[in-house]
Amino acid sequence: MSVVVTVAGSMALVGAVSGEQAATAGQIFLWVAVPYAALAILLAGFCYRVAKWAWSPVPFRIPTTCGQQKSLPWIRSASLESPSTGMGAVARMALEILLFRSLFRNNRAELHDKQYIFGESKLLWLCSLAFHWSLLVILLRHLRLFLQPVPAFVSVLASWDGFFQVGTPELYISDVVVVCAGLYLLLRRWRDPLVRYLSQLADYLVLFLLLGIAGTGILMRYFFRVVLVAVKRLALGLATFHPVVPAGLSAFFFIHLMLVCILAVYFPFGKLMHLGGAFLSPTRNLANNNRSKRYINPWNYPVKTHTYAEWEDEFRDKIKAAGIPLNEEQSDGTTSTD
Amino acid sequence: MTEPLVQIDAKPPSGNWRDPKVEFRRGVYCYSAQPKHVTYLGMANPRSWQPTDSDWKLPSNWKQIILDGLKDRLKKYRSFRLFMDICVRCGACADKCHFYLGSGDPKNMPVMRAELLRSVYVRYFTARGRLFGAGRELTEEIIKEWFYYFYQCTECRRCSVYCPYGIDTAEITMIGRELLNLIGCNINWVIEPVANCFRVGNHLGIQPHAFKDSMEFAADELEEITSIRVELPINRKGAEVLFVMPSADYFATPHYYTLLGYMSLFHEIGLDFTYSAFASEGGNFGLFTSHEMTKRLNAKIYEEASRLGVKWILGGECGHMWRVLHQYMDTMNGPADFLEEPVSPITGTRFENARSTRMVHICEFTADLLYHGKLKLAPQRNDNLAVTFHDSCNPARAMGLLEEPRSILRHACNRFYEMPENTIREQTFCCGSGAGLGPDENLEMRLRGGFPRANAVKYVNEKHGVNTLACICAIDKATLPTLMDYWVPGVQVAGVHELLGNALVMTGEKERKTNLRGEPLPAEVTHA
Repeated sequence: MSVVVTVAGSMALVGAVSGEQAATAGQIFLWVAVPYAALAILLAGFCYRVAKWAWSPVPFRIPTTCGQQKSLPWIRSASLESPSTGMGAVARMALEILLFRSLFRNNRAELHDKQYIFGESKLLWLCSLAFHWSLLVILLRHLRLFLQPVPAFVSVLASWDGFFQVGTPELYISDVVVVCAGLYLLLRRWRDPLVRYLSQLADYLVLFLLLGIAGTGILMRYFFRVVLVAVKRLALGLATFHPVVPAGLSAFFFIHLMLVCILAVYFPFGKLMHLGGAFLSPTRNLANNNRSKRYINPWNYPVKTHTYAEWEDEFRDKIKAAGIPLNEEQSDGTTSTD
Repeated sequence: MTEPLVQIDAKPPSGNWRDPKVEFRRGVYCYSAQPKHVTYLGMANPRSWQPTDSDWKLPSNWKQIILDGLKDRLKKYRSFRLFMDICVRCGACADKCHFYLGSGDPKNMPVMRAELLRSVYVRYFTARGRLFGAGRELTEEIIKEWFYYFYQCTECRRCSVYCPYGIDTAEITMIGRELLNLIGCNINWVIEPVANCFRVGNHLGIQPHAFKDSMEFAADELEEITSIRVELPINRKGAEVLFVMPSADYFATPHYYTLLGYMSLFHEIGLDFTYSAFASEGGNFGLFTSHEMTKRLNAKIYEEASRLGVKWILGGECGHMWRVLHQYMDTMNGPADFLEEPVSPITGTRFENARSTRMVHICEFTADLLYHGKLKLAPQRNDNLAVTFHDSCNPARAMGLLEEPRSILRHACNRFYEMPENTIREQTFCCGSGAGLGPDENLEMRLRGGFPRANAVKYVNEKHGVNTLACICAIDKATLPTLMDYWVPGVQVAGVHELLGNALVMTGEKERKTNLRGEPLPAEVTHA
């Protein structure tokens, strides 16, 4: 539905504004309508999925505690691994989101002569972290195509990224890292027998897609140079809702853009939504203050219980015979303490 | 030595997980719930059946019941919906599950256990399933597969520690079991205790007079060892503290020695407390059945505290009991506004961490006593014991109760050694029998699931001569002895308060010849 609307809308928009060059309907469709539609699906889908999670209640406070609780004053509590305050939980989440704290715990179980050894295994953590951070850097670097003037932080980021100044144009560290880390993640799926067993087609496709996007991007930057001015005009046009289809857009760039569109369209439907979901996990984003602060279940409802009165009725004779006081035998809560 | 009953080997997994076929082999599954207990609790589809039957006698509309139940739970639990959606199958959890490590069955990898349910969710509740046929169609074979694997998960949460999104298989297993309960697929080792606990007050259905007998027997035994007669207040109104323990403490060994430990402690400090024959079970097998059943069983604790007019509640050594008390009780059956903020009558310590729920863990209570020097201990009485501590899953990963029991052990025992760090604290391995999987017919799977734990015990057994595995969980105490006998013969299982009770010097006691088990004390002690 939203796709149709967006496509129609953007075509009308192009029809209205692209004056300088006679773009064919086909060109407009591919360079303008498809990106807009993909973006619309990405945004709408992403928001829909996140809203759906956000609207589902969290009936119980169920943090997974990964450290000492806050109890007695002389016992040092783990304020990040078992936070007792909301701020602590925020800090714990920051560690998870920014540094992949939990993945850092990873170890590898190996059976040596009937004895399990749990060896260090930090490569998954390292490569995942490198992969995600490079993706973010690359994404932010792309802002220079969509914004005019280019914000200072984007230029600074790009200059840091090209810190080693190897080659012309200078090699971006993030480009190298994203490919290496991505290839590791892909190879791991193939080579590790456990991960191979549990991997599904979508797990491979997403990695192929991301590597394809990175690959075409790198090829365009270092080997099959594109007319950057044309790319920027297209991007800027899309960003400002005054789309134009400039001359000089290469086939490589087209492939790059289409892969990005496919990724955007697929994004809200599959596991890539972990981007939004990671923030909402109730085992991580809640404080371990269960006993000090009552947590409310919005749908808590009365249940059938077995009351003391029913219990006493059923066992009255036995309670009496055993000399255990019945309820009415103790008038109130002030009987003597022997 | 040991029969090669259980072979552990790490073969790379093969086959396609989409095939739901499972084999209910002797030793790796639990018997079905007896219809009388299912009926008593008002649960669905009571009937005689066994997992090995080809016809499980499901209700004719079972598929609709499951799908409706799934839909309902997706709406009620963000955890469930989120965990269904965001797994990226990174595999960090794969080798973290004790059942996977012990069985080599790839569907015991937490990610796969979730996938068994996720694949059905994907088919019926997502666009890619409905439009493109992703996921798996729900069949009776899948119900059998769910039963097999959701009763092969102890809800220990170890996988959740390593998951980058904190995906907690316990949540998934709990929902999976709720769904199975909707069509009457449950196990007797869970449902019978639930029915007993609901009606009589505790898992074994020990009635009030027998409860008292059992306590008196324990007091007699303690008197023989120490010459001191402890008081046995039961259902006494006006006491300051209600003490709730898992029922195994008063009917099973080695739990029983822990009870002797509590009794000695309470007498020695002169605690104004009462036991209850009604709230005679802290454990809550409702947790292994459904959230609703958890609440139904848990209600009696606050009800009894309110009736007796106590100020606060003290809880004994138990694992899943404390998951319920810490993470569910106040939400389900609170607020406990009829109680007071717990304050130790001996040290004056205010247990601020329990200021709302108003229930204190006995290890917190005792650690505080020891810190303030309120107890006289003779730790040399435990010198024949080289002790290690097994963190029970729930106190470790749902409470963060890690230092309190260790602090008690360091006071009470001179020889205390930790197991390797990847196997303790938040990374602790389950006993392999939690969440209702402890029956004898499931022995092979229990031994497999307990293998990683036993492995770590074996390590300290060989390195430091450890002969005692201390723990604070009734299921541990019930099942670890079998595990030790098989994998690490010569290691006994003890409660933390048993070891404390051994060391506790009581005012006016006779010279002790034995520990609480009636075993002779180390020679140096008796001749000192």
